[in-house]
Amino acid sequence: MKIIVAIKQVPERDAQVRIDSQAKWIEEAGLQWALNESDAYALEEALQLKEKHGGEVVVLTAGPERVGSTIREALAKGADRAIHIDCADLGNRDALGVARLLAAAVKPENPDLVLTGLQSDDLGLGQTGVIVAELLGLPHSSLILHVEKTNTGLTVKRELEEGWFQTIELPTPAVLTIQSGGNKLRYATLMGIKRAKTKEVRTLRAAELAPDVAPVVVLERVTLPTKQKSTQILPGTAKEAAAALVEKLKFEARVL
Amino acid sequence: MSDIWVVVEERDGRVSRISWEAVAAGQKLAALTGLAVNAVAVGAHVEQLAVEIAAKALSKVVRVEHALLAAYTADGFTLALQQLFESEKPDYVVFSHTYQVRDYAPKLAARLGQVLIGDVIAIGDGPIFTRQLMQGRLSGSYRHLGNGPCFVSVQAGAFRADEAQAGVAQVSVFSPTIEAVQIRTKPSERFRGTAQTVDLGSAQLIVSVGRGIKDPEHIPLVQELATALGAELGASRPICDNGWLPMERQIGSSGQTVSPKLYLAVGISGAIQHLVGMKGSQCVAAINKDPAAPIFEVADYGIVGDLFEVVPALTDAVKAAKQ
Repeated sequence: MKIIVAIKQVPERDAQVRIDSQAKWIEEAGLQWALNESDAYALEEALQLKEKHGGEVVVLTAGPERVGSTIREALAKGADRAIHIDCADLGNRDALGVARLLAAAVKPENPDLVLTGLQSDDLGLGQTGVIVAELLGLPHSSLILHVEKTNTGLTVKRELEEGWFQTIELPTPAVLTIQSGGNKLRYATLMGIKRAKTKEVRTLRAAELAPDVAPVVVLERVTLPTKQKSTQILPGTAKEAAAALVEKLKFEARVL
Repeated sequence: MSDIWVVVEERDGRVSRISWEAVAAGQKLAALTGLAVNAVAVGAHVEQLAVEIAAKALSKVVRVEHALLAAYTADGFTLALQQLFESEKPDYVVFSHTYQVRDYAPKLAARLGQVLIGDVIAIGDGPIFTRQLMQGRLSGSYRHLGNGPCFVSVQAGAFRADEAQAGVAQVSVFSPTIEAVQIRTKPSERFRGTAQTVDLGSAQLIVSVGRGIKDPEHIPLVQELATALGAELGASRPICDNGWLPMERQIGSSGQTVSPKLYLAVGISGAIQHLVGMKGSQCVAAINKDPAAPIFEVADYGIVGDLFEVVPALTDAVKAAKQ
């Protein structure tokens, strides 16, 4: 089975993010970067499918030069090769614009399966995989926790709301967006890190993949969220704050 | 005709609660733009749903019906609504941001050359659509520039279901052309994961633990606090994903929805998927080392600090208060 895993590099979870001077996005200088969490699960699912059925795992990502570190991480975990869509202005593209780039890179590869995380931890659009499927004319299913290969295609377990699930049968080639938690993530081994250095990373230029189309949807301004409640922050040492909280819960909120 | 269309979903044979929130969002958009609002229900037989919806202040209600729409599939729903919207040419299409909508609305929008503005929490003049970024740490203001319908989905709880205004609407039927081969996925009936033995939904006090706990061996620290309070222990998704607590203790969009008297969040940053599961709580208290954590936006009381110091101190304070 030939599997392409579309991954994204995002700011590290605990990174202190600041709004940039134009209030268009965040200040990227000095940020630590990481592999998007649900994409890590998509990669893990792909690696396990390859271990069971053989084939090839190709990681695909779009972004500026810095995404190279995330590509190396994926290769070190066991992906066979990588495709890097060199694109410095990813943020100026809407979900359709990004999906056009990815779809154009996927198409000549003719994979059996395209996996991606269900959403990114930065923009949180949760659409890219679904749109890639539409652009490639492939069937898809989203929020997938488990993938099984059958004689005719795939049987997948899809998460629904409030603790419900559903299984879905679909033919291959197909696109799946992967929910976190379906597998246990592996760490890169020392050997894996060493091997990653010799694996192929092919760079494609965004301009050669898809014509620059004006975005349909634009992010005009980034702001701090408006508070829904006025939070009383309890100051002092751990002990003082804890005592104050019990006092508030008992006599002000009256919930204890 | 240019107007606003709200796509309504059913739950157990009735219009789902969050669909009424989408209707309220549609009416809000109508107030800003001066456009008329219509609603559409999709399925094999949606007459009952249409009757229910037609009791709201809407111009018209359309039943999009076809035998192949009996079970939801992305292919079927996309084809059906594509045909309706190609003939009706809406300015805006409003959905509730459910798992089903996340599965097909981006596809439908792309097919019409558009991009869904998903998970919207507010609609303002412009119209400007606000959605969360960076897991709720920031807000983004989005605008639609395309020629063609603007697709929007609204987050659960962002608009009030009881603000959907009453009225009388005309109901009509639209029959899309769909062939069986066009539907490529075959869904099963939905099923429950594991037997639910913990009912957090009726708990009065909940102490909930998140990623900040760092290691499964620290869970007992939070369990002790829960025990001292007489509270149930809950968790955010990553804790259950890692297998540190069973799935049945997960609170959030994919787990349980809770509304206790007190919800005490320990080391939970407050991603939206978690907040939708607990924002009905009467009182929310949060302990987190990051003062910018979104959990503090919904908390009544907060302690900014190291949970490994605060939690034991709080356990002691609770015990002392109970003596």
